[in-house]
Amino acid sequence: MANDSNQEVRPGRARRGLFESMGVYFERHAQTLVASLGRMTRQPMATLMTTSVIGIALALPACLGLLVANARAATGAWDSAIELSVFFKNDVRLAKAEQLARALRERSGVAAVELIPADAALKEFREFSDFGAALDALTDNPLPHALVVRPASDHISPAEIDALKRHVQNWPEVDLVQVDTEWVKRFHSMLDVLHRVLALVAGLLAVGVIVIVGNTIRLDIENRRTEIEVTKLVGGSDAFVRRPFLYSGFWYGLLGGGLACGLVGLGAWLLQEPVSRLAGLYASDFRLLGLDPRTIGLLLGGGTLLGWFGSWLATSRHLRAIEPTA
Amino acid sequence: MIVFDRVYKRYPNGREALSDVSFSVPRGDMLFLTGRSGAGKSTVLKLIALIDRPSRGQVIVNQQNTAGVSRRRIPRFRRQIGVVFQDHKLLNDRPVFDNVALPLVIAGMRRREMDKRVRAALDQVGLLGKENVGPLELSTGEQQRVGIARAVVSKPPVLIADEPTGNLDPDLALEIMQLFKRLNDVGVTVVVATHDVHLIERFDLRRVVLDHGRTSSIAAGSVRG
Repeated sequence: MANDSNQEVRPGRARRGLFESMGVYFERHAQTLVASLGRMTRQPMATLMTTSVIGIALALPACLGLLVANARAATGAWDSAIELSVFFKNDVRLAKAEQLARALRERSGVAAVELIPADAALKEFREFSDFGAALDALTDNPLPHALVVRPASDHISPAEIDALKRHVQNWPEVDLVQVDTEWVKRFHSMLDVLHRVLALVAGLLAVGVIVIVGNTIRLDIENRRTEIEVTKLVGGSDAFVRRPFLYSGFWYGLLGGGLACGLVGLGAWLLQEPVSRLAGLYASDFRLLGLDPRTIGLLLGGGTLLGWFGSWLATSRHLRAIEPTA
Repeated sequence: MIVFDRVYKRYPNGREALSDVSFSVPRGDMLFLTGRSGAGKSTVLKLIALIDRPSRGQVIVNQQNTAGVSRRRIPRFRRQIGVVFQDHKLLNDRPVFDNVALPLVIAGMRRREMDKRVRAALDQVGLLGKENVGPLELSTGEQQRVGIARAVVSKPPVLIADEPTGNLDPDLALEIMQLFKRLNDVGVTVVVATHDVHLIERFDLRRVVLDHGRTSSIAAGSVRG
């Protein structure tokens, strides 16, 4: 019995010994990984509850994120509807207005310029309003010539629109430039606020996940106190004692992330039909954005990382305190 | 193998568990540590296994001064000491095999090698064939033998036991003590703490008697065998 251990250290086998010990190392990690999962499945209710809490905590910011992404996608089409209305001063003659319209068409970032002569505007106004009689009483046309300017779709950032507006405004012939897109801007700032809220909520819930996993692992450590003591007594290092708990944290996070994916996916699937019906009513071909690979990766990866970190914190705090006292 | 040199141990509550204890156990020897409850037997064993450190004096185990063993190196230090407890300290949610194999798992041994060693250890304590039984299905004596198998499976040079026969009837106690003697016969240095004076009378072995934390006598046992 005393001989077999000596064989392992014969010099000729040193090289193989290195590879072998690496093999043993990975084998041990793999065993612990599987054993941790096995231990969790033996307490299905407790595991399910912890995993659910993590899953819901991760699903909340993911849902909020999808909401923001969908809102952006749905309103993306509105940006191309941005128009500038340019009203000339009343004494500007049609020829001058035409000349300015041509100049504007040359400008980069402008997709289309439509000239609306004062007569046409009056005619249209007469048709679409009830002021016909009142307008007949006027001897002069009170309306100026006007331009409707549509920026190119890749030049619609608030700064570019603003620059264009100021450029036109500076012409001496121009009386007023209106950009009727304030509400689009406001909507986008609201989305920005929502985005910030999302980041805050995600941060808080991430801390929540760390606390949940940390607490679960703490209880687990308490329940396995004897085992930890015995392991330390027969020469188990801190790292060895810690390993199964770290892997438990890994599994909790991964399973929680998986559950979150399921929840978000389910939610998107349930909303898909009513949303496309709603979009149909607005004659839009908008389709709800569901779970994309990036979100899935973020949920699984983030969950795993948080779970690992939570158990790392718990083991750092509580494992050291358990020393054999026999 | 084990040297206690003017060792004192005072606990934070002021109780002096050991004062000026000196003795040594040569390699391959077996020693009984005896005395009444609270005389300091357990404290001596704790200092050997580095569960505690002396307040003063030196404890040397296997040529290593325990004072020089940092916290980080304690696990490696403990792997050369097999420990047997009165209450066995088995993991009841795992079969006998897993309990005995624990030190080998920690040492990172291959499964095939591990199987061989665990079976050899169980054979030594007469429990071969009980690998897959849960500890709670075994009798107290058998549980104690599982504990001994776990202590010797990694073939440590030193084996220490704290009241290993405390819960056993006299026949079983004798059997366990003979098992320790057999392990000692194959070269393991053994220290057994026990208050069972009648039991150790039956062995011709050295004794250290502790009384209120002091070495009251060091003697060779009466020759009975």
